[in-house]
Parts: sequence; C-alpha cells; structure tokens
Amino acid sequence: MQILQYLINGISIGAVYAIIALGYTMVYGIAKMLNFAHGDIIMVGAYISFCVTNYLGLPAFVSVIAAMAVCTLLGILIEKLAYMPLRGTPSLAVLITAIGVSYFLQNGAQLIWGSAPKNFASIVPLKPVFLAGGELVITGEVIVTILASVLIMVGLTLFTTKTKIGKAMRAVSEDRAAAQLMGISVNNTISMTFAIGSALAAIAGVLLCSTVPTLQPTTGAMPGIRAFTAAVFGGIGSIPGAMLGGILLGIIETFSKAFISTQFSDAIVFSVLIIILLVKPAGLLGKQIQEKV
Amino acid sequence: MKKLLNNKNTRSNLVIYLVVTVFFLVMQGMNMGGMLTSSWKGFLVPICVYISLAVSLNLLVGICGELSLGHAGFMGIGAFAGIVVAALLQDAVALEPLRLFIAMIVGGVLAGAAGFLIGIPVLRLRGDYLAIVTLAFGEILKNIVGNLYVGLDAEGVHVSATSAKFTLLEGGKMILDGPVGATGIKKLATFPMGFVLVLITLFVVLNLVNSKEGRAIKAVRDNRIAAESVGINVTAFRMKAFVVSAFLAGMAGALFGLNYSSMAASKFNFNTSINILVFVVLGGMGNILGSVISATVLYVLPEALRSLEDYRMILYAVVLILVMLFTWSPRVKEFVSVVTDKISGIFKKKEVETNG
Repeated sequence: MQILQYLINGISIGAVYAIIALGYTMVYGIAKMLNFAHGDIIMVGAYISFCVTNYLGLPAFVSVIAAMAVCTLLGILIEKLAYMPLRGTPSLAVLITAIGVSYFLQNGAQLIWGSAPKNFASIVPLKPVFLAGGELVITGEVIVTILASVLIMVGLTLFTTKTKIGKAMRAVSEDRAAAQLMGISVNNTISMTFAIGSALAAIAGVLLCSTVPTLQPTTGAMPGIRAFTAAVFGGIGSIPGAMLGGILLGIIETFSKAFISTQFSDAIVFSVLIIILLVKPAGLLGKQIQEKV
Repeated sequence: MKKLLNNKNTRSNLVIYLVVTVFFLVMQGMNMGGMLTSSWKGFLVPICVYISLAVSLNLLVGICGELSLGHAGFMGIGAFAGIVVAALLQDAVALEPLRLFIAMIVGGVLAGAAGFLIGIPVLRLRGDYLAIVTLAFGEILKNIVGNLYVGLDAEGVHVSATSAKFTLLEGGKMILDGPVGATGIKKLATFPMGFVLVLITLFVVLNLVNSKEGRAIKAVRDNRIAAESVGINVTAFRMKAFVVSAFLAGMAGALFGLNYSSMAASKFNFNTSINILVFVVLGGMGNILGSVISATVLYVLPEALRSLEDYRMILYAVVLILVMLFTWSPRVKEFVSVVTDKISGIFKKKEVETNG
C-alpha cells in the first residue's frame, strides 16, 4: 500500500514536470532553442495567480485564466524582443540570451514581490480521497494535476495533428525552409508555440505551488531544470515523450527519496537520465536522425 | 627568436601573457600601496579563479565545440579536495604557498579524474544531449560533494557519506560537514598564487590550442565527419580536451575554496556553471584573451553596480541581453550601421557646407 502511495505522489509531481516539459519540448522542436527562461515563466504564472486570489479576492478559476493570459503575453513579448532578432544565429547566442531573460524575470519578480517566500494557498477545493481504509490518501491536488496533464496532452496531440496551425508547427519543426516555401509564416508559428508553451507554464506554476506551497522568485528554476531533463529523457521534440519523461522522472524521484536516500535523490535522478541517454541517445521516444554527409 | 616573433600565434600569445602580467603588476602595486578598498582586495583572487575557469571552459566550448553546463561541478571537486588536503597537511607542510600549491594540484588531479570518468559516457553524445548530460553530472557532483563528511582526529581521517557515522575524539576537527560544507578553513589563497594559476592555465590551453592536438580538436569542431575520415580519433581528442579542462577547473576550484573561511557545496550549482559560460560566450568563443577580459569585467560589473542595490542584477540581465543582440542579431547590426551612417553623413554634409 505504501508503494502505491509513493507511486501516486510520484505520478502527481511527474505530471507537473510533464506539463513544463511539454513547453520545453515544443519550443525546442520548433524554434530549435533551449529556452532556459521557461522555468521562470512558471514562477511568474504562480505569482499572478497568487496576486489575483489574495489581493483582488477573485476565485481560483479566474486566477488561473489571468495567469495564463499574462504568461502568454509575456512569452510572446520575450520571443519578439529577445529571441526573434537572433533567429539564424548560433544556438549558443540564443542560449545565453535566454539565460539573460531568465535572470531578468527572476530579478524583476524579486523587485516586484520581494525575495521573502509567499505562502501559496492551494487553489484546489477538492477534499482528499481516502482509499483502502485510510491507508491510501489521494489529495485533491493530485487528482487535478493528473487530470490536467492528461487533458493537456490529449489536447495538444489533437491540436498538432488536426488543426491547421498545429500542422504548420509540425512542418516548421521538420524543415523550416520547406515550410516557408509552402507559405507557412515561420515567425507566427514560432510565436504561437511560445504562447502555448507559456500558457502551459502558467498552469504548471499554479499546480506546482498548490502542491508545494512556497513561492519565491527562484521557485521555477529547479523544476525548470528537472522538466528540461524530463523532456530530454522522453526524447526532446516529442509530445508523448515529454509526458512519459516527466512522469517517469517524478516516479524515480519519489521512489529514490523514499527507498534509497533523500540526500542523493538528485544524483539518482540524473544518473538514470545519463544511463537512458547512453542506451537511447535520442531519448525514450525521440527520433534518431541519421547524419548525412 | 626573430623567427619565433614572426609567427602569428606566438605573437598573439605574447600579447595575452603581457596583458595578464601588466594587470597583475598594476593590481599588486595598488594592493601593496594600499590603494585598494577592502572589497576590491576581496575581488583579486576570485577574478583569477574565474579567468582560469573561463579559459578552461573556452577550451571545451570554443575550441572543442562542446557545450558543457557542468563546469562548476569540477570546480566544486577541486575546492573540496583542496580544502581537505590543505587541512590534512596543516602540520606536515609548514610552508603555506607550498601547501596551497599541493592542494591545487590534488584538486586538479581529482577533478581531471572525474572528468575522465564522466568523459567516457558523455563524449558518446553530441550537441544538446552532451550539454544536458554535463548539466546532470554537474548536479550529481554537487550532490555527492555536498553529502560528504570528513573528520580528522588523533586516530586519523574519518570519511562517510549521507551522515556523520563517526564520532571524533577530543581535539578532533570536522573538515567537511555534509550540506553545511567546510567551515573554519584556513585561508591560504593569495593574489600572486592566483596569478600563477592564470599563467598555468594560459600556458596549458594556449600550447594545446596551437599544437598538433589543438588543430585536430579544431578540425573535429568544424566538421566531425571530415575529421574522422582523415583519420583523426575524434573521441580521444575530445577526451583530452575534456580532461585538461576539468583539471584546470579543479585547480581553480581549490584556490577558490581556500580563499574563504567557509564553503558550501551549493555554491557550485548550475548558476555558477552558467555564469562561467556567459564569460566565455561574451568574451568570444575560442578567443582566449576575450575570456580573460570578459571574466574580469563581468565579475566586477555586478559588484561595481552594488550601489544600485536591488536593480543591479536586473541591469546585469539587460546588459547581457543587449550585448547578445548587438553582437549577434543581423537586424540590430543593420540598424546600428544605418544609424552610424546617418550620423557620419550629417557630419560629412556639414564639412562640405563649411568648406563650400
């Protein structure tokens, strides 16, 4: 029963990683850049939700919508101002710019909200469910997180396979030049990707802070790195891969904390990542592309 | 000698050594003359450490073309190995600079060994995957170093992981205390030793770059498949660069660790790795002198902006983004050239008018 409890908790934290990883993977797949500022957008989303519920007194549902709206705008703005001018330059230049944006967001948040941690009240009104005579506790947050991640993944998969914009996204990720020749606006498609990724980051931020209730300017950094490894783990660029990678990473993390060692959980998580990459260099569900000479 | 001076590489190398030496002499002179405030004095050793880290990372990122996000991990190994060695040799080696130097060498060797072990799996990967794995290894190294307990007493050295499983005798001393890190370190680091470190780093990297090995490494960077097809053993050369880079980072780390009275493993996190990478990229990839200058300027910049208090890091972020846009973006560059043309055009017109 204990194992089942850990499994559920692991899936829950993994689902949050998965939602963040989806944003990473989409941006990487389409813009071919590592958006290191993604983790900080999570933090901004959580702060917006916090402000809307605590200062304006609006219901939780509205706060999530507001967080999504602000993060979407922020994502598009960052892309237009910082990343778009650098399109076609070496990926390292874009990477460093993304790091600059990340510093900017963290320190901006510190200026606005201060560095003292805020106590984030969970936005999930559901009561915990007790199963097996109280041995198994499933909190409302766990249910909502898992449901949300499943919905998001299904939604994204449908979006990328059925809609015109989604198909354009896949075309751009496959071959940017060819997509442009087919009349797809690459800039709009990339902006769209950032918008979706940032909206997802806002949801992830609210869910993350509902589970782990402290909120400070550096809140997004570590989950961001974890989610990035999750995206690589599952095969970067692949939507089901990000989902699988996130959930596996969450399970591995919870289990290693529970059964092996709390202190070394980071080391264990990253070791598993390395082993996976050695066996399958493109990640679990990634496509292995043959190099052409 | 004349023939040597005519060599382009030798000349540019001499310029680098000259710049570093002049900088050292000026700073040391100001230091001796008491012209430096105590905060500036505190910068001297870290500047040397970061120059050395930036140059060694440049060997990987700029010369070898491998993005590494775990440089701080090697620095951490070097720092903690250096602290332990310096503490163990406290009585055995009385001469402080010698003790410091031994600590730096041991730190370097251990970091180099870690680099070798990590290199075996890592160097099978490429590009972003290599980056993420070096990131992972950096975190693992930080995690392990942050959970080591090392104590010294009359019975000898005690080592354990995850928790202090030993009790020290009377008069014993904890050298490393897990997540708390090392406390009560005897500060051994000096600015001249920092200068020696920079010289060693420059000597190793510059000689490597301009050697047969260096040309092979650059060939691998520019076109791996072509390099492989002319018989260059790609993995062996990448491994050499990786181990040398880790060794130098370890030496720098040992000096860094022995520059403070306490040191925690959390210092050697992802952010530190990223900072070093920023030095390298802003200095120009593959440009050693650029790394030296940018490490110095960018280390001092946030400190110099301290008077702006809360705004300093946000300003640093803006500077970072703007520098990247102005150096890389084709559109911004075009805009800048149009503006400068217009400005110079105005001046030219005026000249014509006054002449006519």
